[in-house]
Amino acid sequence: MLFVLLAPFVIAVLAPMVRQLTGSFTGWVLALLPASLFVYFCQFIEPVGSGEVLRFSTEWIPSAGINLSFYVDGLSLLFALLISGIGTFIVLYAAAYLKRHADLGRFLMFILMFMGSMLGLVLSDNVVTLFVFWELTSITSFLLIGFNHDKAKSRRAAVQALAVTGGGGLALLAGLLLMAHVGGSMELSELLAQGDLFKENPLYLSILILVLAGAFTKSAQAPFHFWLPNAMEAPTPVSAFLHSATMVKAGVYLLARMNPGLGGTEIWQVLLVVFGGATFLIGSFLALRNTDLKLILAQTTVASLGLLVLLIGLGHDKAIQAAMAYLLAHALFKGALFMAAGSVDHGTGTRDVSKLSGLARAMPLTAAASLIAALSMSGLPPFFGFIAKEFAYKASLDGPWTLEVTSVLVIGNALLFAAAFLVGAKPFFGSPGETPKQPKEGSVSLWLGPIVLSVLGLIAGPGNDIADSYFVGPAASAVRGGAMEVDLYLWGGIELPLALSAATIALGALVFAVSSSLRRALNSLFGKVWGPDQGYDQFMDGLMGLARALTGVLQTGSLRRYLLISFGIVAAALIAPTLVLGEALERPIIPPADFYIWGVGVLTVIGGLAIVLARSRLVAILSTGVLGLAVAFVFLLFGAPDLAFTQLMVETLSVVILALVIMRLPVDGKDWRGAPRALRDIPIAATIGVAVTVLLFSITSQPLDLTLSEYFAERSYTEAYGRNIVNVILVDFRALDTFGEIAVVVIAGVAVLGLLAAGSRRTESEAERRP
Amino acid sequence: MEDAFAMVVGVLFALSVYLLLSGSIMRLVLGIFVLSNATHLLIFVAGRLTLEEPPLIPDMMKVAEPGFANPLPQALILTAIVISFSLFAFLLVLAYRAYQTLGTVDTDEMRYAEPEQSLTSLRGRDV
Amino acid sequence: MNSLILRTATPFLVGLTVLFSIYVLLRGHNEPGGGFIGGLMGASAFATYAIAEGVSATRRALVVPPISIAGFGLFAAGVSGLMSIAFGDAFLTGQWWFPDFNPDLKYISTVVLFDIGVYLVVVGAIVGIICALEEDG
Repeated sequence: MLFVLLAPFVIAVLAPMVRQLTGSFTGWVLALLPASLFVYFCQFIEPVGSGEVLRFSTEWIPSAGINLSFYVDGLSLLFALLISGIGTFIVLYAAAYLKRHADLGRFLMFILMFMGSMLGLVLSDNVVTLFVFWELTSITSFLLIGFNHDKAKSRRAAVQALAVTGGGGLALLAGLLLMAHVGGSMELSELLAQGDLFKENPLYLSILILVLAGAFTKSAQAPFHFWLPNAMEAPTPVSAFLHSATMVKAGVYLLARMNPGLGGTEIWQVLLVVFGGATFLIGSFLALRNTDLKLILAQTTVASLGLLVLLIGLGHDKAIQAAMAYLLAHALFKGALFMAAGSVDHGTGTRDVSKLSGLARAMPLTAAASLIAALSMSGLPPFFGFIAKEFAYKASLDGPWTLEVTSVLVIGNALLFAAAFLVGAKPFFGSPGETPKQPKEGSVSLWLGPIVLSVLGLIAGPGNDIADSYFVGPAASAVRGGAMEVDLYLWGGIELPLALSAATIALGALVFAVSSSLRRALNSLFGKVWGPDQGYDQFMDGLMGLARALTGVLQTGSLRRYLLISFGIVAAALIAPTLVLGEALERPIIPPADFYIWGVGVLTVIGGLAIVLARSRLVAILSTGVLGLAVAFVFLLFGAPDLAFTQLMVETLSVVILALVIMRLPVDGKDWRGAPRALRDIPIAATIGVAVTVLLFSITSQPLDLTLSEYFAERSYTEAYGRNIVNVILVDFRALDTFGEIAVVVIAGVAVLGLLAAGSRRTESEAERRP
Repeated sequence: MEDAFAMVVGVLFALSVYLLLSGSIMRLVLGIFVLSNATHLLIFVAGRLTLEEPPLIPDMMKVAEPGFANPLPQALILTAIVISFSLFAFLLVLAYRAYQTLGTVDTDEMRYAEPEQSLTSLRGRDV
Repeated sequence: MNSLILRTATPFLVGLTVLFSIYVLLRGHNEPGGGFIGGLMGASAFATYAIAEGVSATRRALVVPPISIAGFGLFAAGVSGLMSIAFGDAFLTGQWWFPDFNPDLKYISTVVLFDIGVYLVVVGAIVGIICALEEDG
């Protein structure tokens, strides 16, 4: 399994090379990868359908409980099949769509990487692995949305998507770690099997809010829905893949996955139904405000995601069935519609719905695919979308909040009905309109995907027995956290859901008929209303302003200011804990010690003072010698002959180097700051000194853990054959540290030589320039 | 003994900070010198002081007799001394080169990377 | 520096100090000493030489550029670490041989090679810095 998940990343790196080698066949060659992944996942259909759950685990960081563990159940399998199946057509489509683009290889690389991340996300069992893949999808989608990086709008959309989904990802990480903390495991399968553990924990609300923040940002729920339409700046294959069937569904996947552990409480129901319902309505209204094919599709995607969240929030069996059926239906029709919209754009040069008409003759296959997909989206029988919508009505009628939820569904579905016809039917009928390019059908790669996906949506309607027992059923069971019988059907008798469907269609047809005047009305009403998209800009501007203000205060260019701030904070950090914890450090003013020990200490202080008070360079240099020798004496006194010798040698060499350099500087060694500045600096210096002393007082009053020292002392001779423990630590026990340190010494040496060489070169060249 | 040297270390830290804040590049360098010595002593004292018992294993014995000085801080300080010496040499040369290039030994006048001008514009809103 | 006493004494002083520094280096495993201390002693010997006889004489005496000595020392330390990998141990695990053909020679070990590397790094880097500073003025 690990190998299977690594394959997309490996092949992705090779993609630019494959493009060089295979030229116009790139798409077909690279599509083999998702196709074979699809076939690989197909082998699980049978066992998972019969209720089996497969786990694969490889150790990664076992000490932290982080493993590369993967989990195949109905839910993850449904997603994996959608990702690899649609991925196959997307790769084909992208290679044809961007055939002449110089960076097609890079584009396919990102697409394959994204596919690998998405597969990892839906298959992960370990929470950390899940998070890693979750963030990888955010990063790869950033790269894909910003693919046209020379356009400012693309860059903004890419950064926005990354900021929103990445920010949510961080919240999710916190939520997942809290879950792991509460549940005592890093594996989702174990966490979620613990029943009501989370719901009864006092941390439940925090966990819920953090996880929902992750899911809602990723799945573009209001008020975070704004990034998804902006992400339409990406090339169409990206929109068709990421923004219909895969990435934006990651949030829905997460909610469905968490349902057994976190779902079913009142707060869960309220939050999901309210946010999902709001998103559903906002998305479907906004869809009708636009004329750009892709924007309409993006807004309907927002709406569909809202519907899915709402259904998962309702949480009873029928709602879950409906959610899984709708998930499948939506992936099929939305993928097809996006690709078809791209083909229209490719063929005609415009995506403006008001300019497009009568394309059916010129682009028959695209037209057929669009129409079939639109019929499924609008929820007409016998398409699979109809079944999904019927079941959604059945679920809403089962409550809670029957009346409110059902009316939201009817209004939203009616608007989606109109949007579906606007995108999938209107461009192809009527008399041919004027377009920038003469419309013509694209190559087989461009229409194969839409046709296959939309036809699948058609045959899944009558063939719902296969759909429910192999896909929707196992997925719904996984979401519920226990086996669930699912029986989808087209004809449920003349009952309320059918009546609601009929009402939806009637209302939808009406909306479609008045869609252009409705659009004008909506635009004049809400044209200048503040939205979260502006909010994002204001937030970012505020952030930059804050950064500028802080930089202005902190980054003054004055070294003394920097040091003052740093030392002030250090002093506060050292002293504050002692004051807060109230550790009374009552010590005698002159701590008891033998007179010769005090003598050495006083000598050290005299050396330091002499440096400060020195009035000439020579005295200062000699004073450093005094200080260094005194410190060497301290080392010798307290049983550290190695240190004493080292200190002695370093002292000698320091004086030599100091003398070499300082004698060339035009300084007299006197302190040139006046009394006012000295008066300001002395308290800071004194505070630091007191803070360090207090720190040492409290350190030495604590018991010392000698485990490590004793470990070294015991093994120094018996295992490392050395009697000088200090040296054995340096060259054997901790040799890697020493290795790093001698590397630093070499680097310092090289840096000094480089600095001096640069200096002499500079003076030479200056000398040459002067006459 | 530790308390006495805790005070010595505190005084050394105070002296080094006072030197660092002086604004003269030469005193800055001297401040670094005092600071590194003070830090070595800080680690040394934190690892406890033991009089005249180096951590050596006597001949004919396999482990040291109890009461020897703590070897771990000594190993840390030994490398720290050498490293801070290399850093000190580098810093000296850097100061020297800074003087050669910028023609001043006053750190407040060393504004090659952050000229006054850029700061005033930073404080304004229109950057 | 033009001091007759210094110039006369330097050759002996330097020779003895270098010899002593090597002794300190090699005994370091069992008694106070080791690569760092030995290296610093060696470096101060050459520093004395550079002050008394001049930089170019020092460079001639060292044959190779000092910074190359430092680089070689780092390389030697790295090699001593890599040897353990050939025996299936982690990087820088000490390896020991106890040859019986020479009773005086107690053992050969990668640890000694590592310490020699440290010695060379310290000597090379410091002598390099001092020579460069002397020349620059």
